[in-house]
Amino acid sequence: MGRNVLVTGVSREIAARHALALALDPDVDKVVGVDVVPPRQGIDGVKFVRADIRSPVVAKVLAVEDIDTVVHLALQPSPTRGARTSMKESNVIGSMQLLAACQRSAEVRKLVLTSSTSVYGASPRDPAMFTEEMGPKRSPRSGFAKDCAEVEGYVRGFARRRPDVLVTNLRLASVLSPAWVTPMSDYLRLPLVPTVLGFDPRLQVPHPDDVLETLRRAVVHDVAGTFNVAGPGVLVLSQVLRRLGKRSVPVPPSVFAGVGSTILTALRSEVPGDLRQLLAHGRGVDITSLRELFGYQPRHTSAATVDAFLVGLPPGAVSGQRVRAAQARLAGEDRTRREEVNSDE
Amino acid sequence: MSDADIIPLGARGEPGRGSRRSTPSAAARTLAPRAARPRREPARDATAPQAPPADPTSAAYPEPEAVTAPDTGRPGPPDGGVTPRGIPTEGLLRALAGAARQFMGEDWEARAAELMAFARRRLDGDYEVDDFGFDAELTSRFLMSALRPIAQSWFRLEVRGIENVPVDGGALVVSNHSGTIPVDGLMTMLAVHDYAGRHLRPLGADLVFAMPVLSELARRIGATLACGEDAERMLSGGELVGVWPEGFKGTGKAYSERYKLQRFGRGGFVAAAMRTGVPIIPCSIVGAEEIYPLIGNIPSLARLLGVPYVPITPFFPLLGPAGLIPLPSKWLIEFGAPIRTDAYPAGAADDPMLVFNVTDQVRETIQQTLYELLVRRDRVFF
Repeated sequence: MGRNVLVTGVSREIAARHALALALDPDVDKVVGVDVVPPRQGIDGVKFVRADIRSPVVAKVLAVEDIDTVVHLALQPSPTRGARTSMKESNVIGSMQLLAACQRSAEVRKLVLTSSTSVYGASPRDPAMFTEEMGPKRSPRSGFAKDCAEVEGYVRGFARRRPDVLVTNLRLASVLSPAWVTPMSDYLRLPLVPTVLGFDPRLQVPHPDDVLETLRRAVVHDVAGTFNVAGPGVLVLSQVLRRLGKRSVPVPPSVFAGVGSTILTALRSEVPGDLRQLLAHGRGVDITSLRELFGYQPRHTSAATVDAFLVGLPPGAVSGQRVRAAQARLAGEDRTRREEVNSDE
Repeated sequence: MSDADIIPLGARGEPGRGSRRSTPSAAARTLAPRAARPRREPARDATAPQAPPADPTSAAYPEPEAVTAPDTGRPGPPDGGVTPRGIPTEGLLRALAGAARQFMGEDWEARAAELMAFARRRLDGDYEVDDFGFDAELTSRFLMSALRPIAQSWFRLEVRGIENVPVDGGALVVSNHSGTIPVDGLMTMLAVHDYAGRHLRPLGADLVFAMPVLSELARRIGATLACGEDAERMLSGGELVGVWPEGFKGTGKAYSERYKLQRFGRGGFVAAAMRTGVPIIPCSIVGAEEIYPLIGNIPSLARLLGVPYVPITPFFPLLGPAGLIPLPSKWLIEFGAPIRTDAYPAGAADDPMLVFNVTDQVRETIQQTLYELLVRRDRVFF
């Protein structure tokens, strides 16, 4: 039995790549991508519908295309050119409209939400590793984290009103990919990386391939619940910067939030508020339930993801010596993985 | 003043880059045949030194006169030998090797290579930290090496009952807390590392993780936040966890209150041990109370700085930074017999009365051991 899948926010790389992967999947009949702007790269096999999810049009799309599975990937993690209002509008109001449309639709059987691990916040009073049932020590008061927390709340309400719809909530840590626009990738692409003086946060970075595979499985297999998605293993920021061979400049926390962010905005770059918190206190999430209940073991560790990021960066941006070291590490890891597979057989 | 006319530039015809008028260039001299050098001409032609350095490849060149040292009026080197200048390279190398052997032991070459590899891994970020941010390699190599001489020579640390610390598996070490600055935590970590060969993972107050630098260091050396989630995660992961339930009440108590245990938190550590079924190992530390005798506190300044207390000791802040040197008290650390928690029925951790009773039992054990150790210790200092 096939599925008709709607993917929101297809102008973003993650959603476009996910839609492409679904189009190739034999278990999926039709993939419809929705966004206000068309995706930059071609999405062969995906039907693109130009629609704003903030408007009731999305309900018509659901009805016309016989959608039974909705993948909500439209949550934007950072404001485009500092326009927080429109980001919030798109994230919160868009999600509300989408959920309203889903609730009306008799066809919809599954909703996949991609939230973020930033809902856990980042503070000195946090436990080392967050499991899915833990909440933030201090509720996020602004930015992407707040949007995600609110959207998760609406989705919980939706799940209560439509118990027949299977809801999968994936809390993604910020992906690190040389090709994608994500807060973490943008931050680590800066030529001179600002860090918070006196703090060395723990980070987990998921590999884009693992994220896409998790999303694909969420659509194809039926597993309800909330799952953290992050790279196995923890790195500290100083270690990441060493691996990348990046120069960093430690700045006091107050400067980091104030003047530093103004300078970055002037340089057409940005470190969103929730990332700033993360860069001071760090965060670890437990992916045991992703492994055991959801049934997916991410293939790339955080360290391998950082190496892959380094190898994928355009030449000249980083030192060749570091790239060769990363390539050697990745090759070694591939070898051990192959050996493990062989010994399993 | 005829002398003024012949001041040579440079080295007065000594080997080196002379004025070129008197000496062939250094390059030309090295190219010249070696046998020509030591020869001295008893009767010298005044024009000989001014002979330009000939083409070394020409067959006519190896005439000794062309390359002999000019007469500079100084005594030349003794016949047949060159005066060694400076420290001979070989001797220098031998001295360095001797120093390395002295400093790092007989296998210094292997150790130096290892140290270089370690430094390279650090610079490349090619090392591992666990989920809590613990860097085992750095802790063993630097923190423990730095603490060891302090423990041995300054505090004359004596460790008793180390056999009570399990060789593997999770266990919770519960200890008294004192000394204004938590040096006792570090010393317990060292004792466990050196005598039991394990890493003690301390649980710290949230204040530690809010402070710059300190938070980074604390995670590096294996600490994590003292909360139920982290304690249970570590214990079920088979770690040896250290907890000081008195907290700031213990470290910040007056000198007159020394060795009187304060309230043992809310018993959260007992609940964590019960949930994970690991033994509790009472640990009594004598000596930490005397390192910074706390005789006063500045509560208003402490409130301003957001810290629990600002200590006044006989030497701090009177002597400034010198007042931060701990007094050399005699230290005794005793690990007591493990208190098992795996025999309690499931759900025992949710029975507050039972948790309080076990907490009191642990507290009493430590208090009694403290008294015994105090009797054993004949002198506080020297």
